[in-house]
Amino acid sequence: MSSEPAIRERFQPAPIGLSRAHCAHCGTPLAPGQGAFCCAGCNGAHALVRGLGLDAFYRRQDTAAGTLRPPEAPPAFDAATLAVAQADGTQRLELMVSGLTCGACVWLVEQALAAEPDVLRARASLSARRLTVVWRGPAERARDLVALVARLGFRVAPWSPACLRATEDAEGQALLRALGIAAFGSMNVMLVSIAVWVGGDMGEQTRALMHWLAALIGLPTVLVAGMPFYRSAWDSLRARRGNMDLAVSLGVIATTLMSLSEAFRNGPYTWFDGATALLALLLAGRVLDRGMRRRARQAVAELLALQDGTVALLCADGTTRSVPAESIHAGDWLLVASGDRLRLDGVAVEEVVLDLGATTGESVPRRLPAGEILAAGSVNMGAGFRMRVTAALKDGSLAALGRLLERAEQGRGRFVSIADRAARFYVPIIHTVAFATFLGWWLGVGVSWQAALVPAVAALIVTCPCGLAIAVPAVQVAAVGALFRRGVLVASPTALERLASADHAVLDKTGTLSEGHPDLLPDATLDPAMLRLAASLARSSRHPLAQAVVRACPEAPALDQVVEVPGSGLRRGDVRLGSAAFCGVVEAPDSGMSLWLSLPGQPPIAFRFQDQLREDSGRVVAAIQALGLRTELLSGDAPATVEDAAEVTGIGPWQARATPADKAARIEALRGAGARPLMVGDGINDAAALAMAHVSVSPANGTDIAQAASDLVLRGEGLGALPYAIRVARRAQRLARQNIAFSLIYNVVAVPAAVLGFVTPLIAALVMASSSIIVICNALRAGKEPV
Amino acid sequence: MNALVVLVPIALLLGLLGLALFLWTLRSRQYEDLDGAAARILFDDLPRKDSKP
Repeated sequence: MSSEPAIRERFQPAPIGLSRAHCAHCGTPLAPGQGAFCCAGCNGAHALVRGLGLDAFYRRQDTAAGTLRPPEAPPAFDAATLAVAQADGTQRLELMVSGLTCGACVWLVEQALAAEPDVLRARASLSARRLTVVWRGPAERARDLVALVARLGFRVAPWSPACLRATEDAEGQALLRALGIAAFGSMNVMLVSIAVWVGGDMGEQTRALMHWLAALIGLPTVLVAGMPFYRSAWDSLRARRGNMDLAVSLGVIATTLMSLSEAFRNGPYTWFDGATALLALLLAGRVLDRGMRRRARQAVAELLALQDGTVALLCADGTTRSVPAESIHAGDWLLVASGDRLRLDGVAVEEVVLDLGATTGESVPRRLPAGEILAAGSVNMGAGFRMRVTAALKDGSLAALGRLLERAEQGRGRFVSIADRAARFYVPIIHTVAFATFLGWWLGVGVSWQAALVPAVAALIVTCPCGLAIAVPAVQVAAVGALFRRGVLVASPTALERLASADHAVLDKTGTLSEGHPDLLPDATLDPAMLRLAASLARSSRHPLAQAVVRACPEAPALDQVVEVPGSGLRRGDVRLGSAAFCGVVEAPDSGMSLWLSLPGQPPIAFRFQDQLREDSGRVVAAIQALGLRTELLSGDAPATVEDAAEVTGIGPWQARATPADKAARIEALRGAGARPLMVGDGINDAAALAMAHVSVSPANGTDIAQAASDLVLRGEGLGALPYAIRVARRAQRLARQNIAFSLIYNVVAVPAAVLGFVTPLIAALVMASSSIIVICNALRAGKEPV
Repeated sequence: MNALVVLVPIALLLGLLGLALFLWTLRSRQYEDLDGAAARILFDDLPRKDSKP
């Protein structure tokens, strides 16, 4: 929660000129000279919230500063086409809402929408960031409703099939249902079982009644609740590989059959309680494990959904229409505005300036002559231009890369997790022991086969895979949860294990070690007043260089009457900010990374930009090296820049001008040499290397294709969380090994007792519960590391 | 023995009732947004519309 003074500050905006004030809407610290708000969008949002009588929101709000700043551009998709007409004549719209981080945000969005007269229902889900709106009226109302949510400061995207896949509702529900049934069954069987355990003086008939009661509850429970395990065991049988679920299934089924045989011959005990309790415990572990991973996957899906996938299609009549990139065919004409990312491959009829950072790793924009193929993924740094599409999305360079990634990931799918390795070695042993026990009692000692079944199955259930099956998932839940809180999203189930064993870190430069966008180079001769003036002008433009100027001087107020001359610069009266030619400078060094400010009667002033290294990159590299990983820099940028970056951060070997194929080949070579490379990258050019690496990480500002190919995504700014993630992964791995070792030691004691026939269901239950509790307590340490 | 005839069915029935309730909550999607549900109980505002069209 925010502290008391911070709230007061927010409510009574500080007078102009006082520092340490915060924007009354989004909470960003304000610079002197700004009023109560950081931008016009926040001012509008605040007025909207107050107008609706919802100002209670500001008292309850618990969001990070700046998350609620309304986007400058309206949502680019057409919401009206997403509305689905329902059978009863209402319309329904599903959206992904980013920035929905606290209960108050949910309240605000729901109340603001419910205040619309025609809205019947608005429901936002805090965990899934999903908003469902139902209204009566035309589908076109969807645009107004989406605009309303956007004006409040939330970023909106269509709820796409990718998000749906991330939630995997049906499968999770089935697991939860199985858990409910198993928990009910085990508790009620236990009720009957305890009566048998303590009722030594119970009559024969009463005991038979109890046995059949237990069977009545236990049989359907084992049948229904065990389904997830049986299915997975069947799959593994067909693939001819033992896994942990096979051991669980065999143990549960054997115990149930033996109990049934004991009920028929009215033996001293049945073991239905053991079978059902085992299922309930394992299902609980699985539900938790899944819930944790689901949260991480949802967060990744949210990052991906926010990457706008629409393009501006040029129609025959000269107007433009915003359409999804998938609907574009080869031969269509698109308008690429200044600062836009190219979604499709194409050619332009004029010379264009593109930032190829994401496609080749070059940090300096390049001029491409007319007719040159422009690769999807690059960013337009020059004027807006018209482009003829050469390939539809499914045939373009991005799709080809996607297919390559799929192949690479299939190769990585062969990785066997430590739990399955343990199961492969362990399952045959316990089954041999159980079978030998059965034969020994039946043929050796000479008891009836039913009686011989009891110690054999007792051996199965005390060696019960329980501790072992829960050993690794429990650690995973604790570790993934701890990482999630620190902004590290773990997308793959075996990612932590692979991260822990990585011994070689390969880093990309542009966008990974560096910011990935131009920053103003500090210049001592620059007059602060001039910078302020330039920033005021630059506020009117979306161009990356203009935005870099604004970042360098965020407190500059916006000016009106600024005219943007596309491709050249900004003009306000006689004051000009823009390219060298625009400001009348003749002998300008042509790097594409400078801006000029010209005032009447004064020599023009130059602003130079560079893609700068992140502040913490040196620290991160040192921390990774301290963890024992060899580091290496692999970039598509020019040698001088790469050498410079390698020197500043202290990375050992470096390679410049690496093509995507070079990067992948280097990873392949490392793997061939027996190393386990960790690849860190953000660009389209890194994707193949990311997919082939032993384990891969991508920063929050990475391209969607890189994030999809990565095992871990860092949500925060920069790579600061990476060393922490490696430490947690290693610790988790150590704890998982401890847990497995502990379960094995437990068995060394318990198995002989079971084989000799000393184990009763009561002892088995105690063994099972105590080993599970110890394993879980040990696992909880995974998340507790002093930072 | 007579007590068992009464008590065992009662115990089972209560248990089944609990299970049925759980399955109902699951079916009406009450476990979909656990974080939201935790925050929602703090809001006692009624919808700001008097009547629904």
